[in-house]
Amino acid sequence: MISTRQLAYRYADGPALAFADLDLPQGGVLLLGGASGSGKSTWLALVAGLVAPSAGQLEVAGQALGFGAAALKNSALDAWRARTIGFLPQKLHLSAALSVHSNLALAQWAAGQAQDDARITQALTALDVQALASRKPAQLSGGQAQRVALARAVLLEPQIILADEPTASLDDEAALASLALLQNTANSHGATLVIATHDSRVAAYFAENLSEKGLQRMKLLRQ
Amino acid sequence: MKIIAISWQYLWSRPLAAALNLLLLSLGLASITFLLLVSHQLSTAFERDLAGIDVVVGAKGSPMQLILSGVFQLDVPTGNIPLAAVQELQAHPQVARLIPISMGDSFRGFRIIGSTLDYPAHYQARLEAGAMYSMPMQAVLGAQVARESGLKLGDTFTGTHGLASGGHAHGQNPYTVTGILTPGGTVLDRLVLTSLESVWQVHEADTALDDDDRQIMQAEREVTLALIQYKTPLAAVTFPRFVNTTTDMQAAAPALEITRLLSMLGVGLDVLRALAGVLLLTAALSVFIALWGAVRERRADLALLRMLGAPPRKVAGLLVCEALWLALLATALGVLAGQGLSALLAWALQLEKSVLVTSLSWPAELAAVPVLALVVALASALLPAWEAYRVNVAGLLRSS
Repeated sequence: MISTRQLAYRYADGPALAFADLDLPQGGVLLLGGASGSGKSTWLALVAGLVAPSAGQLEVAGQALGFGAAALKNSALDAWRARTIGFLPQKLHLSAALSVHSNLALAQWAAGQAQDDARITQALTALDVQALASRKPAQLSGGQAQRVALARAVLLEPQIILADEPTASLDDEAALASLALLQNTANSHGATLVIATHDSRVAAYFAENLSEKGLQRMKLLRQ
Repeated sequence: MKIIAISWQYLWSRPLAAALNLLLLSLGLASITFLLLVSHQLSTAFERDLAGIDVVVGAKGSPMQLILSGVFQLDVPTGNIPLAAVQELQAHPQVARLIPISMGDSFRGFRIIGSTLDYPAHYQARLEAGAMYSMPMQAVLGAQVARESGLKLGDTFTGTHGLASGGHAHGQNPYTVTGILTPGGTVLDRLVLTSLESVWQVHEADTALDDDDRQIMQAEREVTLALIQYKTPLAAVTFPRFVNTTTDMQAAAPALEITRLLSMLGVGLDVLRALAGVLLLTAALSVFIALWGAVRERRADLALLRMLGAPPRKVAGLLVCEALWLALLATALGVLAGQGLSALLAWALQLEKSVLVTSLSWPAELAAVPVLALVVALASALLPAWEAYRVNVAGLLRSS
């Protein structure tokens, strides 16, 4: 779950951002909307523990992410992020030097885990890209690459999946397939899904495929 | 997946840059390896040939020329000295051992050295076959001479006048091979050893006009020089002065002359070292630029690693590991190339019948090569690794 109260973040050389309170249960879906510069990325960074809030309370998957003395030590924060957060960036950032299989192994390495080939195969199979395991990212289509990136995001079975503009630059059909994949993957892992987007197709998809109870929307305004 | 495997794959993801950096670093390290090997082997060869010789006495002239010709058999001697004067020196209270050396002829470019059996004994020469010379006109071949000439025990050969090949042949006085030495890595390997009497006999037979003339020549016999070992180190203070001031001969201390020679060679070696240094510096810069470029190019990848839970030191370690791979590969290639160059030099010197440099050696100084590679690699990786360490992860979200 994600819970925030009077959450705020102040840039070193910029304005302070204040965010609305939120209680997102485990397994829920949050659509994070807002224009460019409204603080979507900052909110995601706060939830991922990449930046510390300057005020307010933030609890993610049972872990209070405070500031000052309450802040987790860097190494503890890294370990927490590795086991809690799965991240699907807009630009997928699959390492071009490595094969699909090695890209997933790299995620295990980054998280400090021993390489588990069976788990990698399982994650790739679940997303129907096991046959591409030995290919380099440059040899994948856009949709295949996104599936691989999603496999990487859920490899460590995170409690929260953060997806940043997953449908940007996709046509309607691909966008729908991508959202279905995200939803199904999150469901199968019981993970909370946070999607930062300003794509109206995302809202429409979830309005159609998810009950109002499970879906929350938060629109950030430029401050 | 291990960091060494990941960094290896990252390194070769840009094969051209990796190969160029490897080449540059290897060239620098090969030069350093070559210089280390050559200096080590030259000083070892000098030490081996000089061992136990405190002073060399010969005709007046250049002391370095006397040492080079008398001890290392490299230069032409300064002239001859009377045998009687040498025998007087042998009786000097400060002289423990004196080895007279007579030279002037050669066989296929290898010097024929007339001396007492003390000469091979001084270098602890061992026979591979046959026996030492015991009569005039018997000869013992050094290992290289035997190998290159193909002569065997019982074979005969004639010397030619002069120390280089192509001189007048002493056809009336052939030598018989009685022994062949085992390779010892000393000057003996490239010499033909015989008795003093043989050298005298060859020249007297060739130049004496009649028996009277021969008798005069026998009474005025000469040697080329004498290798002397002192009874006490204190003799080093007084003995050379005694020879230089009271006789028509000169005494030259090998240690002194070799130090002088090495310091002259040292200037050349310093220039080569400086060149190798420039090569290494260029390599360091190139590795730095490549790693810096890699960080810039992979900034998002590195940030993603942080997002996936990798602590900053792990991300920086990846860059350092890439540099270490380069250092490791360059060390292996550099040392191999350095050894190859050194083997080439050894081969060329052997052809020239010059100082013996062994083709493969692993002196302790070579440990400096991996250390140097490590220093260059780490120095080059320092800034890129720092950049990777402090990569902005939140920026990944904003840029995506």
